[in-house]
Amino acid sequence: MTELGLEDRARFEQLVLPHVDAAFNLARWLLRGRADAEDVAQEALLRACRFFGGFHGGDPRAWLLQIVRNTCYSWLEKNRPMELSMEFDEELHLQPSATPETLAIAGDDRKRLILALETLPPRFREVLVLRELEGCSYKEIAAITSIPIGTVMSSLSRARRQLYSALANPCHKEVAREV
Amino acid sequence: MRCNFADSLLHGYFDGELSAPSAAAFERHLQHCIPCATELVDLDLLRDRLQLAQLYEPASASLRRKISAPLRPIAPAPVASQPHLWHWLAAAAALLFVAIVLWRVSPGLRTDEYRAELAGEIVDAHMRSLQSGPTAGIASNDEHLVKGWFDAKLNFAIPVRDFANGGFALKGGRLEVMEGRSVAVLVYERNRHPVNVFIWRTREPDTSPRTGSRQGFQWADWRKDKIEFCAVSDADPADLDQLHQLINSSV
Repeated sequence: MTELGLEDRARFEQLVLPHVDAAFNLARWLLRGRADAEDVAQEALLRACRFFGGFHGGDPRAWLLQIVRNTCYSWLEKNRPMELSMEFDEELHLQPSATPETLAIAGDDRKRLILALETLPPRFREVLVLRELEGCSYKEIAAITSIPIGTVMSSLSRARRQLYSALANPCHKEVAREV
Repeated sequence: MRCNFADSLLHGYFDGELSAPSAAAFERHLQHCIPCATELVDLDLLRDRLQLAQLYEPASASLRRKISAPLRPIAPAPVASQPHLWHWLAAAAALLFVAIVLWRVSPGLRTDEYRAELAGEIVDAHMRSLQSGPTAGIASNDEHLVKGWFDAKLNFAIPVRDFANGGFALKGGRLEVMEGRSVAVLVYERNRHPVNVFIWRTREPDTSPRTGSRQGFQWADWRKDKIEFCAVSDADPADLDQLHQLINSSV
């Protein structure tokens, strides 16, 4: 942190620190747990601080969330590479935290939503979290996730359909599979 | 059954992200497409469900501390790059210090004029906060989080409540330091108008609110349970009285 000049530190406090909640929330949902999210969010903030000199204007929340996302993905690659491969086969026999059984058992709607969200591949989970929890625009989602803005809408469409099926058919194998 | 529009435009329409012509085209389609109309309702229900479940998870107080600790030695830095503001702040602090000394030495000096003068200083601090944009502090509507943030920094406990239901949504808080004395500032929003509530410890007995205005800003100052509150805003004076009641009933 010492690498920042006095003025930059003030700007960092003013522009970036108000988005610590957003940073933690995204990390929590990408990593599916609070403990890992604490560590990774902290690491991401340190990284943001280190590279703050390269931030010239723009949306500080999107800038920070982009760093958080990349830090989360590199953490997942190192610690849980299996989870990332979910993106490609979009099937779920990889030790998800939610099995169809746990989904069926979870009576409480909040728990059911959490478990259903966590069965989605990270790529779909993140667009839902950014849109529905963080209230990001398509433009911001595109900037944070580095997907073309034209693809944001179709990603959201697929993510929502996967969430529906995870919620509606917790007892079937189709959970989190493309409809 | 799904139609082609469901993939191409429906979600953009639902999210309010379509251009005006595309939105109009989709609305024309919607008039005779039952699957799309149904899906739109389902999306709305899903969004409500997600909102209702309160899935947003804010950072813990300990994480917040870990992140801001290395920055703290120069914490009041937001104004560091503007020397004239420092001078102003020093002058204001000196004034406040004199005021506080007089206040403590002789409660009799605490006349209405005097209180108005103090409120004036606070109105200026309010204006300063509007000019400098979001100040370092905590931006959150989670009352426990905000309270935790203050508890770690103050040697007295302040009441932190989100009155979103009463029309005063908690936005966060920050600290102002005036002559070695910490003044907590709670930030609320009332009909898009920011309301700053300055809070500090006092030894004086409770009072009902005294109000006034200065440079287009309203202020209301009152004491309750050894805590003094001064609310400042450009909103309606009746709003400040309402906030006073909400705060007092929560203390």
